[in-house]
Amino acid sequence: MSDPYPASSQGTASAVPVPTATVERKYLLPEGLPQPAPYPEGLAAEFWEAARRHELVVQHCKSCGIHQWGPEFICYKCHSYDLDYVRVSGRGRVFSWERPWYPVHPALQKGVPYIVVLVELPDADNVRMVGNMVGDPMQDVVIGGEVVAVFEDHDDGEPPYTLVQWRVV
Amino acid sequence: MSDRTIRGKTAIVGLGETRYYKRGAAPDPEFKLTLDAIIMAAEDAGIDVRDIDGFASFSNDRNDPPRLMTALGIKHIGFSNMFWGGGGGGGSGAVANAAAAVAAGYCDVAVAYRGLAQGQFGRFGQGARVAHAPGAMAFTAPYGLMSPAQMFAMRTRRFMHEHGIEQEALRSLALASYYHAQRNPRAVMYGRPLTEEDYDNSRWIVEPFHLFDCCQENDGAAAVIITSAEMAKDLKRKPAYILAAAQGTDYRQAATAHNAPDYGTSNFKSLAPRLYAMAGVGPEEVDVLQSYENFTGGVLMSMVEHGFCKPEEVNDFFDLENFKFDGGTLPLNTSGGNLAECYMHGLELITEAVRQIRGDSPCQVADVNVSMVTSGPMVQPVSDLILGREPNR
Repeated sequence: MSDPYPASSQGTASAVPVPTATVERKYLLPEGLPQPAPYPEGLAAEFWEAARRHELVVQHCKSCGIHQWGPEFICYKCHSYDLDYVRVSGRGRVFSWERPWYPVHPALQKGVPYIVVLVELPDADNVRMVGNMVGDPMQDVVIGGEVVAVFEDHDDGEPPYTLVQWRVV
Repeated sequence: MSDRTIRGKTAIVGLGETRYYKRGAAPDPEFKLTLDAIIMAAEDAGIDVRDIDGFASFSNDRNDPPRLMTALGIKHIGFSNMFWGGGGGGGSGAVANAAAAVAAGYCDVAVAYRGLAQGQFGRFGQGARVAHAPGAMAFTAPYGLMSPAQMFAMRTRRFMHEHGIEQEALRSLALASYYHAQRNPRAVMYGRPLTEEDYDNSRWIVEPFHLFDCCQENDGAAAVIITSAEMAKDLKRKPAYILAAAQGTDYRQAATAHNAPDYGTSNFKSLAPRLYAMAGVGPEEVDVLQSYENFTGGVLMSMVEHGFCKPEEVNDFFDLENFKFDGGTLPLNTSGGNLAECYMHGLELITEAVRQIRGDSPCQVADVNVSMVTSGPMVQPVSDLILGREPNR
């Protein structure tokens, strides 16, 4: 089965086929789901801006050095407000996963099943991120298995946005 | 420290429940259902509903005390309170807050209530229909992680992975709720027994949850009346004394994007020891347990965290036979609970816990001295309640 996100295509915004779907889709999940809106206070803006550049970043405390996710105004460990975002490798491990079958949103009526993975990032204090697993939605997912971030551009979003998805290494 | 306890100072003295409906089937709007439940609870207690002077609810209940007390012609109120947080985490917490207000003298007769008509106001099992996912939702909704079942399947999977839990352990909880619902005419699933095969053959909602691992979506309302232990003695129903009522949440459990450091948990680890210390009982003394089933995985984790079994014992202990009211070692969810009686956000678990003390449950356990409720696994905060036949243990 062809990999819709081969490593060489990372960074492109090309339309990708989804292997088991009878109709080709532009994205891993059907269109019409809510798109990310950064926190009104701007907390996550840098994360989504970095994703547009195909960079994975995590909030980081300039005072004590810890990574924290999701973002917050204060470092939970040392209470510094001096936080920034640092780029991480995009290599991760599957921490948990699930396969939704019931379409909880009209957009998903023809998009089930699919796989949601929870990925921990060893080079960022094991913070975790949620995304979809690239490839066959019926694949066996291995907790502890190595994955890498891939970037799914939604140039037709309003405004355009990029989701961070995960592919088995 | 010893006098700073709620133990034995208050009691649940009245129960009110509307008929329970599948979502969309209630003939009345949610506010009217709520009025009904409160009036029935007062009647059950033998109290004039106009004497209620305290209100407590949870999960952003829409039916606010100012409107309720105005509609009911209540003379005055001394306490109105909302427990923070969503889901059913505040069911026991609302009772705890009402009891604390009574013990502190803020009010004399408090009602803890929940009105919930998902037919009127929208289903909990559906994702938000918004163009943009705000705040922390931006990290999950665009990936199709939108519903409570999906939020909690992820935690359950991790716990199952860490401890080698088998699907049959989850199944035992669905079977227990349906077993008891077959004797409970109030139950929406009354007359609809569930077999192991039915469970195994049911569709996945989100792996590892089958259809029958998930709570219902219902319409209805429920209410319980709390007053002082002194006043309770003179009322018409046998009091269910509050031995402990507590809320809690563990370290950074509300971290967004599924970043709670301890992840495969139902969030009761710091609360359970405080609860038992307050009640002066241990899990081995609990005669009957109502454990909130948003999803079976949460029940499983919360029972482990409350000391009813060790993680390595789950696959053996989680067996329908252990949970039956008639002969089980730990009778569980004896009205059918959220899965098979009604999803009244766990208030219906509290009414059942009181019935077990009174001795008039359709699935009555013999000689109940201690009746316990856990509310809202996997949400933040969660809460618990331990009721006793006597005010002190």
